[in-house]
Amino acid sequence: MSALFLVLGIPLLGGLVLALMGHRPLARDVNVGFSLGTFLAACVMTAQVISHGPEFVWDKLFYLDALNVFLVTLTAFVGLTTAIFSRPYMRVEQDHGKMNAPRMRLYHSMYQLFGFTMLLGLTTNNLGLVWVAMEAATLTTVLLVSVYRTSASLEAAWKYFILCGVGIAQALFGTILLYMAADKVMGPEHATLLWTGLNDIKAQLDPTIITLAFVFLLVGYGTKIGLVPLHSWLPDAHAEGPTPVSAVLSGLLLNVAMYAVLRCKVLTDGALGNQMAGQLMMGFGLLSVVVAAFFLSRQKDVKRMFSYSSIEHMGLITFAFGMGGPVASFAGLLHMTAHSLVKSAIFFTVGHATQKAGTQVMSEIRGLIKVNPTVGWGLMLGVMAILGMPPFGLFASEFLLLTTAMREQPWAAPFLFMALGVAFASMLIRVLPMVFGDTTLKPLAHPPALVPVFVHLVLGLLLGLYIPDYLNGWYVQAAHMLGG
Amino acid sequence: MIKFAPQLINLFATLILLLSFAMISQRRIVSLINLFMIQGAALVAASFLLGYVTHQPDLYVSGALTLVLKVMLIPWMLYRMIAKLNVRWDVESLFNVPTTMLVGIGLVIFSFSLALPISRLSDSLAGGSLGIALACVFLSFMMMITRSKAVPQVIGFLSMENGLIFAATTVTNGMPMIVEFGIALDVLVGVLILGVFMFQIREKFDSLDIHNLEALKED
Repeated sequence: MSALFLVLGIPLLGGLVLALMGHRPLARDVNVGFSLGTFLAACVMTAQVISHGPEFVWDKLFYLDALNVFLVTLTAFVGLTTAIFSRPYMRVEQDHGKMNAPRMRLYHSMYQLFGFTMLLGLTTNNLGLVWVAMEAATLTTVLLVSVYRTSASLEAAWKYFILCGVGIAQALFGTILLYMAADKVMGPEHATLLWTGLNDIKAQLDPTIITLAFVFLLVGYGTKIGLVPLHSWLPDAHAEGPTPVSAVLSGLLLNVAMYAVLRCKVLTDGALGNQMAGQLMMGFGLLSVVVAAFFLSRQKDVKRMFSYSSIEHMGLITFAFGMGGPVASFAGLLHMTAHSLVKSAIFFTVGHATQKAGTQVMSEIRGLIKVNPTVGWGLMLGVMAILGMPPFGLFASEFLLLTTAMREQPWAAPFLFMALGVAFASMLIRVLPMVFGDTTLKPLAHPPALVPVFVHLVLGLLLGLYIPDYLNGWYVQAAHMLGG
Repeated sequence: MIKFAPQLINLFATLILLLSFAMISQRRIVSLINLFMIQGAALVAASFLLGYVTHQPDLYVSGALTLVLKVMLIPWMLYRMIAKLNVRWDVESLFNVPTTMLVGIGLVIFSFSLALPISRLSDSLAGGSLGIALACVFLSFMMMITRSKAVPQVIGFLSMENGLIFAATTVTNGMPMIVEFGIALDVLVGVLILGVFMFQIREKFDSLDIHNLEALKED
């Protein structure tokens, strides 16, 4: 209980402290400090949940089980490494004149608050609060995306706000319908939006209402996941915001939105007893994978290319959960973890590369390996990992996913293989010249923080080689809950 | 009073829908804010009435929240904003109004057919207003798409929130309090941020026309 208090309290306090102290050189370290505190608290909380099982906190307002506690740890961990990465990165941006003191203050404060909203959304048991947290996460990231105040970043942030505002309004309508369904079963006095409460009575929820509710919820939160055709905010927001923000958007926010959809899917499956939710998710997922792979092949901006790759991977994850069943759900959870780690590592290296080149255009970034072999190898390995090469974790999850798809949804397998092939070829063609060959880059004043890159990649590798027993148990438990 | 309650609620529901249509066709920004304010007032009246009839104090709180936020604070902020931005008397050239209206009517029919199977199940006093609430959401959605200026887009966003709150009030007698407050906080912060954005967009592009924001496109 006290651990959850810390997990939510530290980033909230961090947001306030960093807003009040203004920008001084120390703020960078304070930002890392608060993120470290959050991560340690999340570890303690996770250990408690592992040893005691699922628990309620604060009169059932918060609920911790296998599904969300692993995402909490992942969120806090990537939040910490991104804070470490952002220390030298934002310093260089300040030297380049892209940031000034008031903007740094906004950046640090919003970074912590963004972490808070994600952790709130993950831990709360109240589906209404999940919505509130998702909307608050949109608001904080809108400020983070627009922090450079260039016309492109303002445009990206405005689009992001309007599109996600509309999208997430649909999710609120879905939530209202859920509440209505609960109201029918439990009566107005005892109606609840608590997920555990709804889960207990899910078999009695009215199928007509729940069908409509799930469609609205999927479209709403799907906008935040970046599912095609609701994805158009995502590449802009990733490309125009600061790179640490792209890393946490791709690595974390998309996962949190996915988590919200998963909770709703469990209720829907229980209420309907058919495959409606799964089929919708498979449809959206497959469309996202295919469309994103083709868009990916046409990109010139490196951050846009990797943001399309995020859409592709979120599509794969949506498809996996849509197939349902313990194996596919296991693959989906593993893919979420590995994608988060590897994609944020890639954004770290891309951030350094674009700073060295002074541009995000891929054809003008050349020969990374000559200027800084660690960054070059980091990017190369990261790309191999994200493309699902063995022995990285994404290979394991994609292998599980594809074999399950071939067995259970054979119609979809050719599309998946084609999309993965297109993504593989087009990404490799772009990245190889960026890493090898003659160089166009110049060294930077502040040495980059490369530890996070390799920590992420090593973890991504470990997930492919050997999954520790407790982690495996966790995944199995969560997959069992999701897959029924 | 109680006898007429369902009719009164339906009256307010119709008023809210009518105001949504009025917003779609309104070109002057300052009148748009007035319409938004009246819509908020109708929403408040519906909440109070439902609260009185069903004896749910929660609905009074929810109504009061809407009153403070949507009828007083946000319109005041919007008036100040357009005065500062000097767009008070701006007139926007609209995409063919009759066509928009026809599409709007189509949306209303669509929402009603979507909500019909659910409205039949509802035993709430105003279960029939689900269709209207959904129609308001879609109409505001359409307004956000067809408008090219920043302020009307924001008003569309807020009016969509009105439709959602109306759905929550009439269909389920209000959301849990903590959620209501969370939503209100999000809306307020959202308007503040959008307000700041408008000044920045104006500074960068010398105009609040969203058509300027078209540099980021797939080629």
